[in-house]
Amino acid sequence: MGDMNVVKVEAYRNSFLKEVEANVEGGQWVKMCMQCGVCSGSCPLGSAWDHPPQELFMMIRAGKREEVLTSSSMWMCTSCYNCIVRCPRDLPITHIMHGLAHYAERLGLAPKNQPTRKFAKLFWNNLVKKGRVNELKLGVALYFMNGLVEGIKTALKMAPLGLNMLKTKRMNPLEYVGGHGIKDAAGLQAILKKARAIELAKAKKA
Amino acid sequence: MAEIVATNQTILVVGGGISGMTAALEAAECGKHVILVEKTPSIGGRIGQLYRYFPKLCHPTCGLEINLKRLRGNKNLRLLTMTEVADVQGQAGNYTVTLKTQPRFINENCTACGACGEAVKAEFADEHNYGLGKRKGAYLPNAMAYPQRYVLDPRIIGTADAEAAKAACKFNAIDLDMQVETKTLTVGAIIWATGWRPFDASKIQPYGYDRYPNVITSVEFERLADPHGPTGGKLLRPSDGKEAKNVAFIQCAGSRDRNYLKHCSRICCMASLKQATYVREKFADAGDVSIYYIDIRAIDRIDDFHQKVKADPKVKFIKSKVAKIEQDKVGNPVVHGVDTEGYTRYATAHDLVVLAIGMEPSVAANNFPIKVKVNESGFIEQDEANGAIFAAGCSSDALDVNRAVQSATASALRAIQVINRVAGTEG
Repeated sequence: MGDMNVVKVEAYRNSFLKEVEANVEGGQWVKMCMQCGVCSGSCPLGSAWDHPPQELFMMIRAGKREEVLTSSSMWMCTSCYNCIVRCPRDLPITHIMHGLAHYAERLGLAPKNQPTRKFAKLFWNNLVKKGRVNELKLGVALYFMNGLVEGIKTALKMAPLGLNMLKTKRMNPLEYVGGHGIKDAAGLQAILKKARAIELAKAKKA
Repeated sequence: MAEIVATNQTILVVGGGISGMTAALEAAECGKHVILVEKTPSIGGRIGQLYRYFPKLCHPTCGLEINLKRLRGNKNLRLLTMTEVADVQGQAGNYTVTLKTQPRFINENCTACGACGEAVKAEFADEHNYGLGKRKGAYLPNAMAYPQRYVLDPRIIGTADAEAAKAACKFNAIDLDMQVETKTLTVGAIIWATGWRPFDASKIQPYGYDRYPNVITSVEFERLADPHGPTGGKLLRPSDGKEAKNVAFIQCAGSRDRNYLKHCSRICCMASLKQATYVREKFADAGDVSIYYIDIRAIDRIDDFHQKVKADPKVKFIKSKVAKIEQDKVGNPVVHGVDTEGYTRYATAHDLVVLAIGMEPSVAANNFPIKVKVNESGFIEQDEANGAIFAAGCSSDALDVNRAVQSATASALRAIQVINRVAGTEG
């Protein structure tokens, strides 16, 4: 995705707000923010954000492209929708946060070790393989997300739960080898590949 | 009640607040015949519930007294209190209006001696103090009430209290058999001056107005500051009567918010700046004020007042719309939010939180007795479709007293133009 970053930097030089408006879901709303701060104050995880939503909006308008797109802040959003409900100007803040995270990822600028991003990655890779989410593989992959030692520890801790699920037929261990999927997984992957190519071509044109 | 003479050269003014009084007086002093109707037992409206005006910090009672003197001396003006407009038919120059008058149960013999009030036991929430105190079932609405006549609360009619009041009256002023009266009149033009009401603060769920006793509205704070108010002018907080020395003001409570009122209510910034001076005046250096705001909208000459308050080191300005209020163990409201100047998170306890509450039209858009064109906030538009119905003051927009009076004078002129057309004297 590195080329797309180059393309976008060229296209929107010095106008990060325009770039966000054209490329980020809900981006056209950013200029409507009146900096009242209710979103930031209402966020239950607000204290964990480097830059609360209101600050991100101001940074976008100030052209701080690098700081915004490489920030871990928007990845902290849990979609509780408190900010959307309370925003006096009806900004779809939750959607903009996810839009920003998604755009940063597409550009290859998202912070590599941000846990939410890592989970999203695991989920996506798991999903596209067979066209269905393999919950067993996803769960185990999550245990080992932060290295082998921690993975083994977590697996041991969760073992009794797994055994109970086996007993009550809530989990099929055979899913781990192969697992179920859609009829034409290769077709799905081809569609996704084509979509990416179209997207990049479009970006280069713009 | 004496016969009321009205013709299509009469102007009907609906609402006896500062705007309605002004419009009625301006028209009457131009020689026009005016009928002024007021829903409550006394005229004066919301200005009578204010302690002081901004920016001069003078007392509203002063201007009210001047207007009452003008009103008493004018034979062209007929005042009907406890009266509402039930129906309006017709068009410019010829309206048929139906007025409905509620019984006061007290006639013109009343000298406001107060004997009936002393005789009655039942008490009700005092409307003049926004429910912060109690008043008797036989009462004078407020010290400045005009007409200076007592009222019996309809809820005591048929009880022993009503009989006690009647027995106590030495002037034969109490008539327990008074009924609702309906009158139909012809008028040429109507000035609509029903004004505003404070937005229902309990709808702003995160601020907990309905849950925390020490979260009050700016109109209630005004009553606390008034020597005629429920606390005798002491700033005592509702939960425990403790002096509220550390007071927070939250701006745009309801206003400029698509969840509540979309419009800016215009008066709230200046109201809070004014109320900040009350705190500083009552407690001197022991008083602390914090004003939480999005931006301060004090324009033109009133910005001088803003700058003056801003220069006070004991008045802090925090650029942030408060996200939510919680209450700590000792009953202090704690305000939570993020400061826009530096993006720092705060959780600050205060003795009392005052919500600078927004204005909404008293009459909801679908509640007018005749179809009128209103804007998206429910204020009456100046539109030809409204015929000879003209809005004065806060029926037309969220206005301060100064602008409301200007608007009222303008509406009086428009009504006079219609009447002159009817009379064939427009020149």
